[in-house]
Amino acid sequence: MSGYAGLFAALVLAPLLPGVINRTKSFFAGRRGPPLLQPYFDLAKLLRKGAVYSTTTTWLFRAGPVVGLAAMIVASALAPFGGVSAPLAFAGDFLFFAGLLGVTRFVTMLAALDTGSSFEGMGASREAQFAALAEPAFLLGLTAVAWKTGGLSLSGMLGTNSFATWSGATAPLALVCVSLLVVFLAENARIPVDDPNTHLELTMFHEVMVLDHGGPDLALIQYAAALKMWVLGSLVVGIALPVRSLAHGWAFAASVAGMLVLCVIVGVVESCLARLRLTRVPQLLLGAGVLSLLALFIGLK
Amino acid sequence: MTLLLVALGLLVASGTAALLCRRSPRAANLIGAGGAAAACALGLIPAVVGLGGGEAKFDLAWPVPGGSLSLAIDPLTAFFLLPLFALCGLAAVYGAGYLGGRPGRRSPGAPWFFFNWLVAGMVVVVTARNAVLFLLAWEVMSLASYFLVTHEDERPEVREAGWTYLVATHFGNACLIALFALLGPRSLDFADFAPAAPAGLLFVLALIGFGTKAGFVPLHVWLPEAHPAAPSHVSAVMSGVMIKMGIYGLLRTLTWLGPPPLWWGGLLIGIGAASGLFAVLFALAQGDLKRLLAYSSVENTSIIALGLGVGLVGLHTGTPGVAILGFAGALLHVWTHALGKGLLFLGAGAVLHATGTREMDRLGGLSRSMPLTSATFLVGAAAVAGLPPLSGFFSEFLILYGAVQHAGLHSLAAMVALALMSGLAAAVFVRAFGSVFLGAARDGTVRGAHDPGAAMRAPLAILAPALLVLGLATPVLVPALAPVVEQLVSLPAQRDLDAASAPLAVVVLGSVVLMALVALIAGGRRLLLAGRTVGSAVTWDCGYAHPTARMQYTASSFAQPLTALFGPVLRTRETADAPRGLFPDAVSFATRTPDAVRERVWRPLFAHVSGALHAMHRLQHGRLHLYVISIALTLVVLLLWRLS
Amino acid sequence: MNSWIDAVLVLITLTSLVLLGASRLGTSIRMVALQGVLLSPLPLLLAGPSGFGPRAAMLAVATVLIKGLGFPWLMARAVRGGSQRREMDPRVGYNASLLAGVLLMVVAFLLSSRLPLPPGEGTPLVLPVALFNILAGMFVIASRRQAITQVLGYLVMENGIYVFGVGIASHQPLLVELGILLDVFAAVFVMGIVIFHMGRELDHTDTDRLTLLNDWQKEKE
Repeated sequence: MSGYAGLFAALVLAPLLPGVINRTKSFFAGRRGPPLLQPYFDLAKLLRKGAVYSTTTTWLFRAGPVVGLAAMIVASALAPFGGVSAPLAFAGDFLFFAGLLGVTRFVTMLAALDTGSSFEGMGASREAQFAALAEPAFLLGLTAVAWKTGGLSLSGMLGTNSFATWSGATAPLALVCVSLLVVFLAENARIPVDDPNTHLELTMFHEVMVLDHGGPDLALIQYAAALKMWVLGSLVVGIALPVRSLAHGWAFAASVAGMLVLCVIVGVVESCLARLRLTRVPQLLLGAGVLSLLALFIGLK
Repeated sequence: MTLLLVALGLLVASGTAALLCRRSPRAANLIGAGGAAAACALGLIPAVVGLGGGEAKFDLAWPVPGGSLSLAIDPLTAFFLLPLFALCGLAAVYGAGYLGGRPGRRSPGAPWFFFNWLVAGMVVVVTARNAVLFLLAWEVMSLASYFLVTHEDERPEVREAGWTYLVATHFGNACLIALFALLGPRSLDFADFAPAAPAGLLFVLALIGFGTKAGFVPLHVWLPEAHPAAPSHVSAVMSGVMIKMGIYGLLRTLTWLGPPPLWWGGLLIGIGAASGLFAVLFALAQGDLKRLLAYSSVENTSIIALGLGVGLVGLHTGTPGVAILGFAGALLHVWTHALGKGLLFLGAGAVLHATGTREMDRLGGLSRSMPLTSATFLVGAAAVAGLPPLSGFFSEFLILYGAVQHAGLHSLAAMVALALMSGLAAAVFVRAFGSVFLGAARDGTVRGAHDPGAAMRAPLAILAPALLVLGLATPVLVPALAPVVEQLVSLPAQRDLDAASAPLAVVVLGSVVLMALVALIAGGRRLLLAGRTVGSAVTWDCGYAHPTARMQYTASSFAQPLTALFGPVLRTRETADAPRGLFPDAVSFATRTPDAVRERVWRPLFAHVSGALHAMHRLQHGRLHLYVISIALTLVVLLLWRLS
Repeated sequence: MNSWIDAVLVLITLTSLVLLGASRLGTSIRMVALQGVLLSPLPLLLAGPSGFGPRAAMLAVATVLIKGLGFPWLMARAVRGGSQRREMDPRVGYNASLLAGVLLMVVAFLLSSRLPLPPGEGTPLVLPVALFNILAGMFVIASRRQAITQVLGYLVMENGIYVFGVGIASHQPLLVELGILLDVFAAVFVMGIVIFHMGRELDHTDTDRLTLLNDWQKEKE
């Protein structure tokens, strides 16, 4: 099984993740909930629509979703899945990965500011703040894994993950797992950082940035968001699952199952927790950074 | 070498000629700019040749004690000459439009005189091989830039900025004189240096002396004052290359000091981390576009310091791979920042030229009226923020890649600092670009702005693609840096650099795929929208019927969550005139973030010093006969002391 | 075995970090309680298969009883009895405290790599974790205003000493260990009672304002 299977799975299965989360939340709320494939239907519907642009906007507003999606596709070519190397695996690729996340963020924020709306400006401002704090947690967490496993590429770090790796370094790996989970929640704008369901523009940060996008542009944004959730989630799952101890086919299946379980966990978290007060979010992200650092210190000893 | 001497001569001659051309401002402008641009074009040739490893020398006796007119080009010199000539040449072209486009003002002769002398001074700084010559050129560079900073000296804040700059730069010079006196007690020629003091002391002296020029916190205070005060093409040169002279000096000194102990690298990493985080936070809090860029320059020299620190730590711990990556990343960042920040300052100059203000809270929506400036500024912003596929990403990649391979506390500190800085830098540049170029104009004065004339447009249009090319060429460029790196680490570097270029090549491949995908998706989107209704309306403002441009998120509001989070460091001052009563009058709200080091370290310190010196005022009583008596007394006492 | 010890030690460090960043008294007390419970398996784990005897078991049980249940109960009682504000008002902010925690961690790791100690049977993490807890406890005492939080800091510090004792000098007589426990118990007991009554009498236990009880300052006013 080559690395392209993982990329293919990411491109095809990514929109399933929000569907699973929504189903979990409906289950907890005692509702039947939308079909699992609802995100696909939404994408199809949006792609068939026309578009309305604000008179304030320029070419940047139209370029934002395009560049954002392209960067996320390249990022998914970097993330290994199911214990096989990614199509684009090289030493130091996690830095490139972080850079691509940065590109998506950069263009999304610019597109938001291009509308001249105070709401979208607010969203961009919060995104900038949280991203600046999440980035160290992310990079340091992956560095801790690199030091523990001796691999300098994502594929080298996660592809060699076996029971032996875990029993040799339970504490640091678990710490990085938690830290990356927090980054995962923050970057994908989930509870406890952001509530994707609220319709109060003042309380959101990711959804409010894309308020003015519609039609195919919104489809690109939603697909890119799903991809981002998939690739970041696959890193968390890759660290949590010692896939090396499994045969290839099984490793792949286990990883897909891991992704679904991760979504169920997110759904459970969203059903049980409230969104944090905005001023408390930095503390959460700082905490994630501290966990990564602690993992690194243990790695140093 | 001859070409370089011709270029130097041309610079000096054209600058002096421009000064003498008092009658015709047009001619002065043409001579000054033309001479500088031609000299820079000429100078590029020996620089490119020198980078390949060819050594060229020029020696002449000089009747100054300890001095000799010896110039040389080695790889390190050539490495710094390249961006110097490239950026100064473009800045000269830009300056021709900038200074020439303002009829009725004073003659542009004097600024061109100082500009050309500044360039000549920098050229001699990097080529000098004698301490006296070096210090002389250093002083020429400092003074010329001082006069350029105070070009618009009718404004009091410019005079204040010039004064700060003059004091700071001479404080640094004092350390440099001490440094060279200790380095060369026998001979002041670089080749015969024999350090007469512990290497640690020399390192600290160099760090203070050159660090003042490079702008390491807390010696950076002159930078955010001087850069906004100078004309924009001068700011570009000062920020792009002049502060790199500090880095050059530090690197050159390192080649004389022998193997580094661990604390040198640790100190550089500590300074880089502290000063980078400090500067990026202050950049975030600034309301003045050029001040923001100045703080960002401090942040970027700090990134260079981090790279050097990682390199030194790697050298000490015997991991040449790490050392070579650290040095290569730092060197590459010198180029990246020279081009990127040069571009940004030139773009900021175009904005200032078109709107007459640098206040970001008053600007907005310029991307429609100034398409070229906005597009190039965006490229510069993304490059300096370290986003792929532009060159800023590659230099930071090399430094981080080196640090990751060295499991230790030092590299860990460097990584933490770089990771935090890159996220904050992205916020800084989204904020700067977004509030100046996107949305709608917040102030009526901004309407009617337009892209500048051809002379000012051309440098922008050259620098922006150069940043992309520099990024995509790194896999080839990094192995070509081997002679420079070898000069610094005194180890064979070719193999390690070749190895480092392999991941870089994949990054470039990924970047190319990224650009192809962008084209593909954009094409697909266009196909989808073809034939469908594409309407336009006002921005959705959540039901509020009368949104105005004043209600947009401003640069200050964009930064507020982060400035509040880091409030204890920034100490932003808010002055609010809150609405009162049932029918409130005009209200106002303003924030100001003065430099914390300036306010809390230097100002009290200088106040104390001047207070202490006040006692000396009694000697300055104005009675001539007492002066004469005191001079005579001193002479007699001295004579008695010597003769006894 | 070692990875279990490491896991416990990391969890202990985490509870201290949460304590540094916690804004609510209830959370802080729960963290100290959790830390007490986490400490209990250490004597068993660190003693190794040879020392796995009744002595170590006794120490473990005593730790759970006193540190995990006794102290927290006393603290919780003091909070409920007095009119303590639940939201604390520290001298150093929560984010800054967390960052200070990171710095203390660096210091602890640096110090532990320099200390010339004979290699004990513990893991290399024992020493830095012990030092970190001692430093973090001191930091809490220095940076918080309320008497109860200062007692919590004191407990964290003592926990650090406990880790140090168990990990580095596992051969020392059990009696010393129990003696320390008893000592701390008495101290916390007294403090718990004092805070409880102080809260009743004064409506607050802000240590900054307690300096006003000083005679000479009263006279000055």
